[in-house]
Amino acid sequence: MMRRLLLVVWLLAGAVAPVLAFQPPAAQSEYVPVKDLPPVDQLPAAPLLVAAYSFIWLAAMFYLWTIWRRLGKVEAEMRALEQRRSHSNR
Amino acid sequence: MFVRTALLVLRKDFAIEVKSREILYTTLLFALSCVLVFSIAFVKEGEPLEDAAAGILWIAIEFAGTLALGRTFERERYGETLRALLLAPAPRAAIYVGKMLGIVVLLTVCELLLVPLVALLFRSRLFEEPVLLVVLLLTGTIGFAVVGSLFAAMLVRARTRDVMLPILLYPMTVPLMIGGVRGTVALTQTPVDQASAVMWIVLLLCMDAVFLVLALWTFEPLMTE
Amino acid sequence: MKKAFLPLLLLAAAMFAYAPVVIAHADYESTMGLVQKVMYFHAPSGMVMLMSAVVCGVASALYLWKKDPAADRVAIAAAELTALFGLIVLVTGPLWARKAWGVWWVWEARLTMSFVGWLIAVGYLFVRKYGGPGSDKLGAALAVFCTANVPFLYCSFNIWRTMHPMTTVVPTLQPGMRGAFWFSALTLFLLYGLLLTARIHLERQRTALDQLYLAEED
Repeated sequence: MMRRLLLVVWLLAGAVAPVLAFQPPAAQSEYVPVKDLPPVDQLPAAPLLVAAYSFIWLAAMFYLWTIWRRLGKVEAEMRALEQRRSHSNR
Repeated sequence: MFVRTALLVLRKDFAIEVKSREILYTTLLFALSCVLVFSIAFVKEGEPLEDAAAGILWIAIEFAGTLALGRTFERERYGETLRALLLAPAPRAAIYVGKMLGIVVLLTVCELLLVPLVALLFRSRLFEEPVLLVVLLLTGTIGFAVVGSLFAAMLVRARTRDVMLPILLYPMTVPLMIGGVRGTVALTQTPVDQASAVMWIVLLLCMDAVFLVLALWTFEPLMTE
Repeated sequence: MKKAFLPLLLLAAAMFAYAPVVIAHADYESTMGLVQKVMYFHAPSGMVMLMSAVVCGVASALYLWKKDPAADRVAIAAAELTALFGLIVLVTGPLWARKAWGVWWVWEARLTMSFVGWLIAVGYLFVRKYGGPGSDKLGAALAVFCTANVPFLYCSFNIWRTMHPMTTVVPTLQPGMRGAFWFSALTLFLLYGLLLTARIHLERQRTALDQLYLAEED
């Protein structure tokens, strides 16, 4: 049961989140006051920011997936044991 | 009772070692090889890099110490004497202290050779303040032995004990190494930076005290199964 | 508790997805500009990592001295999460630093400490996996030593000058940034709680499985 829940959530999160996340943020393409201009630099900051955010998503989802997989194995073994026991009890 | 047991364990290790000197010689030679390898990395055009000697000394101590720890407890495991020691009607913490003191003695003997050698090979003015240097080396070595003996004793039964010991030991002894290296660097400056060196010695002493107390507390629950 | 898991997880996911919008509306920081916004996830991840390390340390101490198996389960779950959030901190930090400081990495106080702390957490996981018999106790001792080591690590690293923003940055955040920061922090804390619960559940199932095997042998 837990496994199925985790799977549903994981798929939902994976599908919905990037859609929401990568919508262009409204405030930025509008005016930016001169005093707020970031210092001119060779590196564009946006890819770094996006990479950081994506990494967190991926890491969290990967971890959830590993828990789901391990839980699956444990529950499969438990079911197998239960079956064996019920067979031997007959 | 406690002190007697610890000293007895120390004497036992000493007696075994004096017979064959196996661990001593191999540890020494390994430390020398370390120094050789580091010389390739840290010597530029025949001149050693600044302050490299301090780092090389402490890394050689740490690497050689890790090996010595592994080998000492391997000897116990091989002879199955660890179980016998634990079965003895002696306070377990005393056994730990005895083994730890053995490692300290072994490493001190290695350092007696290493320090002059590093000073010579890397033209480092390590002996400007010999007393402070000795105290620094001693506090650092004791700290390393305290943590190392505990982890090595616990890993004796593990299959991957050889590689697990450095994996666990090196991050844990990072502050000890920092203290040792920075303190040694302070002692090799042209006007010797005594204040820094003393500060690092005090910090190392605090670490030694905390680690020793922790080790004595945890040895008992750790060794019971 | 179990019934609340799914809705809370959905909530955390939604918050996380919405966070960039919140962050985008937060004020621009004057010297670092856009890339400073990594802070909204980097700093709370750091907080979560430290909190998880403390949880692991306390649980390990309980396990070592009170021999409570539930404490052991909490300890291993917290250690895994320390490693996870530590990895997040160690990846997002350099991504921020590359732009803000010009270098990927600097060997000073907090960075080195995070790195060492992460190594110890991973070492803990290795010990639990490859340590053989008695590895649960050894892991617990490792966690306890790590917790005791923290002030020394901090002290020894701190004696060098630091480039890393001081911890006073958080309480003195501008109002325009405060909302976004605490929103992200809340998201990450919620995520941490949920992941911890899931992991402890896995560990509990494993223990139950072991009991079943033992019962079968009898």
